[in-house]
Amino acid sequence: MKPPLFRYQAPRTLREAISALSSDADAMVLAGGQSLMPALNFRAANPSMLVDIQHVQGLKGIIIENGNILIKAMTRHRELELDPNVRRANPLVAEIMQHVAHVPIRNRGTVVGSLCHADPSAEMPLLFVLLDGTLVAQGPNGTREIPAEQFFHSFLTTTRKQDEIVSAARLPALPVGAGWAFDEVTRRHGDYALVGVGCVFQFDESGRAHGMRLAACGISDRPIRLKAAEAALNGTSLASDDLDAAVHASLDAVTQSDDMNTSISYRQRVLGALIRRLVATASQRVQKRSTQ
Amino acid sequence: MKRAPIKPSIPERSEDPRVEVALTVNGQDVRRTVSVRILLSDFLRHELGLTGTHVGCEHGVCGCCTVHIDGKAGRSCLTLAVQANGCEIRTIEDVAAEDGALHPIQQAFKECHALQCGFCTPGMVMNILSRFEESEPLDLSENGIRDMLSGNLCRCTGYINIIAAVRRAAELLGRE
Repeated sequence: MKPPLFRYQAPRTLREAISALSSDADAMVLAGGQSLMPALNFRAANPSMLVDIQHVQGLKGIIIENGNILIKAMTRHRELELDPNVRRANPLVAEIMQHVAHVPIRNRGTVVGSLCHADPSAEMPLLFVLLDGTLVAQGPNGTREIPAEQFFHSFLTTTRKQDEIVSAARLPALPVGAGWAFDEVTRRHGDYALVGVGCVFQFDESGRAHGMRLAACGISDRPIRLKAAEAALNGTSLASDDLDAAVHASLDAVTQSDDMNTSISYRQRVLGALIRRLVATASQRVQKRSTQ
Repeated sequence: MKRAPIKPSIPERSEDPRVEVALTVNGQDVRRTVSVRILLSDFLRHELGLTGTHVGCEHGVCGCCTVHIDGKAGRSCLTLAVQANGCEIRTIEDVAAEDGALHPIQQAFKECHALQCGFCTPGMVMNILSRFEESEPLDLSENGIRDMLSGNLCRCTGYINIIAAVRRAAELLGRE
């Protein structure tokens, strides 16, 4: 028996789930379990109670409305990855999913669970920071919507309150005509990223980049927008000098100290290489989309 | 230094809260009262005696414990038995026919010498089987198969023969 002792509840309604959570300061929410169960098996997590939300009504499915993809709390990674409407609305999702662990893990793990786990190297938090997604948190005092950039606080820590359940997450569709790209460098396929970068932007009529969005995971204690690099590229024709300036401007964003995986200087080099590569990939896709 | 006192006797029952679970395993209805913290992998092996599901790392990395949960491959070591309450579970014991005839994926493993010690094989087979049963198109290129197998570790074969076995299985199942 690997996990530590805990009590277990499987509520049927969100109200019951929230009241179970508020009754115990050391209770944790169990959704797909693909991050929490390893932590329990290692006894790195030691909750007094697990509130299993898989049977809670109204927490399943994906709704596309008003240019947003609403992902309910029990939606598994694989469901989002394979949904044809999601592919049309936001092709970046399917691309980024190829890097999230392996299919058997994606079959069980939930997107919202990954957001709440908030691993600084994980792909889903990066996706939400990149596109200004939001999280819908419901607690005893009502519902609030938290922008992703304010949700991720630090290593494995979010601004969700102990008695709140994130019932859904809202991811914007890609702007029409936008190019997109994601890639990461890992030690082994499916691992957490040493560095991962996402990129989305458009070209204006004169062929200059605008709406540039760049975000990275693995370089800090949370996923972050690379705003200095974005500023260096917005309004330019993405010439080699512009890219040099953007890469140079991004280096200060790397604050993850040397660890068992790699060093700061290697992360900085990888970050620079990924920015160049992904801006190029995204730019090919903008042109492709606008000529269709 | 003061030594910890030796306890007079081991408690007969643990303090674990217990819960009744009812699920279908390989087509058979199963009902048991178990600790809330027993993993599905341990439940299958210790409670049901289905030891074909192997336990390697117990944190989701090696893939040996892969079973089907409601028709999709999942890690039984990252699932509590109580989470599988009401689910349909399929294990490696259900893959060969009742008369012992191998499933085409197992046949392909045999023909291609895709196993040596066999410890990882049940997880490999359950993972591959789930992908063959999905309606999604299969990528049977070298890279596609490597991606398919990337969540299952094998320490004997070097994977080459397992990749060949996936190709052979695709032939046998008419999935090319």
